[in-house]
Amino acid sequence: MKNFLFELREGLLIAFRSIRANKVRSILTTLGIVIGVTSVVLMSTAIKGIDNAFQTGVASLGSDNLYIDKWEWFNNDIPWWELRNRKNLTLDDYKKYKELAKLPLAVAPTVWNFNNVKFKDRVVEGLIIQGTTSDYIQTTNLTFSEGRFFNELESNGGRNVIVLGSEVAKKLFPIGYAIGQEVKIRGHKFKVVGVLAEQGSWVMGNFNPDKQVFVPVQNIFKYLQSENLRSITINVRAKNSKMVEATKEEAIGIMRKIRGLSYNQENDFSINQQEGLLNTINQTVGVIQIAGLFITGLSLFVGAIGIMNIMFVSVKERTKEIGIRKAIGAKRRAILGQFITESAVICMIGGFIGLIFAIVLSLIINQFLPTSVQVDALVLAIVISIATGVISGFAPAYTAAKLDPVEALRYE
Amino acid sequence: MNIITIEHIAKIYQVGSEEVHALADVSLKIDKGEYVAIMGPSGSGKSTLMNILGCLDTPTHGIYNFNGVNVSEMNDNELAKIRNKEIGFVFQTFNLLARSDALHNVELPLIYAGVPSSERKERAMEALSHVGLADRMHHKPNELSGGQRQRVAIARALVTRPSIILADEPTGNLDTKTGEDIMALFNEIYEQGNTIILVTHEEYIAEHAERILRIRDGLIEKDEQVKNRYIPKKNGASKI
Ligand SMILES: Nc1ncnc2c1ncn2[C@@H]1O[C@H](COP(=O)(O)OP(=O)(O)O)[C@@H](O)[C@H]1O
Ligand SMILES: [Mg+2]
Repeated sequence: MKNFLFELREGLLIAFRSIRANKVRSILTTLGIVIGVTSVVLMSTAIKGIDNAFQTGVASLGSDNLYIDKWEWFNNDIPWWELRNRKNLTLDDYKKYKELAKLPLAVAPTVWNFNNVKFKDRVVEGLIIQGTTSDYIQTTNLTFSEGRFFNELESNGGRNVIVLGSEVAKKLFPIGYAIGQEVKIRGHKFKVVGVLAEQGSWVMGNFNPDKQVFVPVQNIFKYLQSENLRSITINVRAKNSKMVEATKEEAIGIMRKIRGLSYNQENDFSINQQEGLLNTINQTVGVIQIAGLFITGLSLFVGAIGIMNIMFVSVKERTKEIGIRKAIGAKRRAILGQFITESAVICMIGGFIGLIFAIVLSLIINQFLPTSVQVDALVLAIVISIATGVISGFAPAYTAAKLDPVEALRYE
Repeated sequence: MNIITIEHIAKIYQVGSEEVHALADVSLKIDKGEYVAIMGPSGSGKSTLMNILGCLDTPTHGIYNFNGVNVSEMNDNELAKIRNKEIGFVFQTFNLLARSDALHNVELPLIYAGVPSSERKERAMEALSHVGLADRMHHKPNELSGGQRQRVAIARALVTRPSIILADEPTGNLDTKTGEDIMALFNEIYEQGNTIILVTHEEYIAEHAERILRIRDGLIEKDEQVKNRYIPKKNGASKI
């Protein structure tokens, strides 16, 4: 043990000395590891960030929500054509369901239309206009930065009122003061009654509430599209998470009745849940993870080969030194340890630089994508780099350790 | 007391299809405190013999007893331990670590012996003072003259207080005057009671020893005591 520590210290000393003696070579060799570790840390950070973003994005849907829809959202079990052949869900279905369902906290229909929204000379093109009722707000966790959602009166009366998602509001009203203004959709005026606070559910793409506007559902059919163009979705919120299953069972029963299905017919609707999305996301993140780690692992592997190569060169160059050390009593283990230490030190320095790079880069990337720098990234980088050093240094060190002292001393 | 006993030692190298008998059949005994010169022309097998005596190499045939222990059948690590504790090498080409200063070069065997840092430093400094290099501790080999480098190597050989000092042509790379100084240093070391085995191909260097083993073609030709041993005068470079 004592010997081991002395030898380790000697190994470190030799390592630093030889790195200093071959500066350019060490820098070039280290570069491979720097790149490898940077990419591993960045990738794991990015994956973590993506995962976090997905999770928060999904959380905004609410875990107590059910979405009764013609389409199965996250499941590929049912063939697409079968889903397509289902009858559309209509506002009538919604009304009947709402009347019959006892368990939900709130029920609201949604139907969407792609359109442009204008304010004076500003236009936001191709956004999703959600048509719904005043109950919709109770089925979501949406919060407001200004104003409110449209009320029951405005909803039932199908008034020309509109609630803007934060991004839409920012584009149409860069300096604010949206409330009370009139925006136009296909030439029809809508009065702004509320602006949503930023929800940050970027994973949901165009279904991100930040990028949507909301109007009473009747307006969609009155101004924008015919009632049978698209199936509606019935948004249902259970009273609490324990009630989700029961609410779902009830919904299936009621919907089967409304849709006039006999006992031997399959459901011609789907009850979607956040859970389904979560599963899909976890699968996606898993694939990204594997692909990402494979790619970064590859770059680290290239770095490791570089180290191995340079260590072989180093052993060759220092054959005489090895001979001297053996002549004065260095055991195989000491020589093995010396070269592995050297390789590990080179890699550790590389890992350290790589880590700094990765932190700086992820701070930059953070401006565009939500990455999260993990504390364990530090540990990961150091462990990975030392392990790389030890593994790639082993073969060269082993060659050094088993050199014949007489041969080695003779080497010029 | 015999420190070295070898019996019918042979070292055979296979070069292509040919066998080279570097040592054909060598038997000898060396006592503690002896000063022995191994003499012979180039290629006669001196270095081969010295490598075997120094446990750097193992014989193809024969038995080697060192301090009563049979070392001819030891493995690499056991031999390394013997080299570290019992043997001090001095080579023709000095064989110092180029990047390390004199002090670290001398410390090296003690590192592998597991001697703690402070004691190590102290002993290395002592050994360097012994060879007259107290003021050169932090010089690297390329900042030292040939003679000084050989003194560092001698200090390194002495620092572990080995049972024998093995010197292979220690003056071979030095001018006559410097060679004399080094031989004076060996004489001192001998007079302090150390066992020295010196390999040389020069008659007058061999005559510094008290016994000469003449070797030719891998065989001992003659084993003789030196009648008028040449005793170099102290040059004042070394202090005891
Ligand atoms: N590794 C080796 N492989 C083959 N032949 C060797 C080897 N080492 C030494 N020899 C041969 O053994 C003989 C003795 O060599 P050596 O002991 O070095 O001689 P000396 O030191 O007396 O000059 C020489 O003929 C040399 O060529
Ligand atoms: Mg020789």
